[in-house]
Amino acid sequence: MLIPFLAMVRKDLRLFFTDRRAVLLTFAAPIAIASFIGSITQNAGRSAERTRISVAIVDEDGSTISKAIVAGVQKDENLTAVPTTAEEARERVRRGTTSVALIIPDGFGKSAGRSLFRPAGIEAKPQLDVLFDPSRTAEVGMVRGIFTEHAMQAVGQEMFSGATGRENIQQTLNDLDSSSIPADTRARLRTMLASVLAYQEALPARPQGGAGAIFSLPYTVREEAVTARANIAYNAYAHSVAGMAIQFLLFAMANHGIEILLERQRGIWKRLRSAPVSRYLILAGKAASGALISLTSLLISFGFAMLVFGVRIEGSVVGFAAICVACSVMAATLGVLVATLGNSPATARGLTTFAS
Amino acid sequence: MLEIRCLRKRFGSLVAVNDISLTIEPGRILGVLGPNGAGKTTTVSMIAGLLSPDSGEILVDGQMLAGDRDPAKRKIGLVPQDLALYEELTAEDNLRFFGALYSLTGSALDHAMAAALTLVGLGDRMRDRVKTFSGGMKRRLNLAAGLLHDPDILLLDEPTVGVDPQSRNAIFDNLEELKDRGKALLYTTHYMEEAERLADRLVIIDRGQVVASDTLAGLYERVPAPAGGGRVSLESVFLSLTGKSLRD
Repeated sequence: MLIPFLAMVRKDLRLFFTDRRAVLLTFAAPIAIASFIGSITQNAGRSAERTRISVAIVDEDGSTISKAIVAGVQKDENLTAVPTTAEEARERVRRGTTSVALIIPDGFGKSAGRSLFRPAGIEAKPQLDVLFDPSRTAEVGMVRGIFTEHAMQAVGQEMFSGATGRENIQQTLNDLDSSSIPADTRARLRTMLASVLAYQEALPARPQGGAGAIFSLPYTVREEAVTARANIAYNAYAHSVAGMAIQFLLFAMANHGIEILLERQRGIWKRLRSAPVSRYLILAGKAASGALISLTSLLISFGFAMLVFGVRIEGSVVGFAAICVACSVMAATLGVLVATLGNSPATARGLTTFAS
Repeated sequence: MLEIRCLRKRFGSLVAVNDISLTIEPGRILGVLGPNGAGKTTTVSMIAGLLSPDSGEILVDGQMLAGDRDPAKRKIGLVPQDLALYEELTAEDNLRFFGALYSLTGSALDHAMAAALTLVGLGDRMRDRVKTFSGGMKRRLNLAAGLLHDPDILLLDEPTVGVDPQSRNAIFDNLEELKDRGKALLYTTHYMEEAERLADRLVIIDRGQVVASDTLAGLYERVPAPAGGGRVSLESVFLSLTGKSLRD
């Protein structure tokens, strides 16, 4: 059984290597595309300039608080904030040029300041409008978080050290008597607000958000890119080459499966089946030749990445080799599966598109 | 040598082969004639082991074929109706591969390839790719591929479809030489003149059943001679047995 099996494998390899287009597609195309994608992601990773989210910000309030928020958002290194009008902001999101728009409504500053200390129910909280592109919802959450940071900073700063804050606290103190808050809670709130007011009046005038700001983010952040091992720089080509190599492996092996169907259409299958060999041996021969082609493709892709882009195996070499072999066998058997499920080359191509 | 007893095959509600029995002796050519869809290819496929019969027996030298890997399959060579060749490979590579399926290697394979290519007159083109061959050359190579393992029984399923008269004649010469070497040949065809030239005995199949099995002379006697006194043709015998209605 070994002679027919080896003949099957040898014949498939010979057929594959005679087809220059197939060879080019299997070996060169993944390298070319992986190099292109790798160069983009590698440069993006190296750049000190981080990727920013584009935000349109509308200040309809014009208060000290809203101006401080806009200033904070514009300075934020995670955002590219463009001040604009409400109509323009909506249009920008609709066109997709901006993923999120924030609209600070008229009266936001005053109302937000009051809402910081007032118990719920006394006065409705101001509403911030967030317009977003539904295809980029992940960015909405990020923008909301960043906005909250700047809003809390601006409102807190103003409430504890600004004129608006003093007015708001005084107003809240005046309104406390007419509120429905329980008497003991009301007394404790009055004491606290009076203390804040006294503290504010004792403060010298300070610039908003400046070096002497009372409120700021209560922590600092240290960012660290975690790679396979300590002191190993991130190499985007390791990812792009692996991804493209597997992708093209699946294409090539699906095509290998379609070849089985073409052999059946041409009547070659009849000649194979008329020989004293089992159908399992014929399929095993196909799978083995496919696995060898796949393995060669993987080795060429990774070899190129190692030589040209300095990609290294940071884990176990044996493990890497085992994964390459497993991927090759998986891709080759996918080809056989495609041939089994697809009765004709056209159906098999449809299945391939679905599987890929 | 090859004996088929009460072979039957059904595809869903269609009975493709219904109780066919026939025998092929060494050094004889059995012609199998039949309209489209008569069951010729299904019969050949069952003998070659491509299809399993629903019932009936296929005996090679008195022994029943048992499964894909039965060594008795080595005694049978198939020349399928399609050009079952790899066009991108050379004639040599094709034959080397098909020979290896029968475990032929080394000098035995070289000798078998040389003999087969010489028989079909393609010895000087063995290193050329099949895609550069004419239709007739491909048909001859298709025949050579079925002969590599020196089978005692050769199943030829319409082996001259789409070839010019010269190539057809060359194939006939090859088949007559094989017959002279003692091979048993089963030859299916649509062409009456081929059957008249080659076959020692003819089996006419229609709708999956044998409607006649006789020598050429015996078949001629089944139809009255034309009124003008001319010779009875095999085509008139065929049409009288299978009818003139068109088949799917």
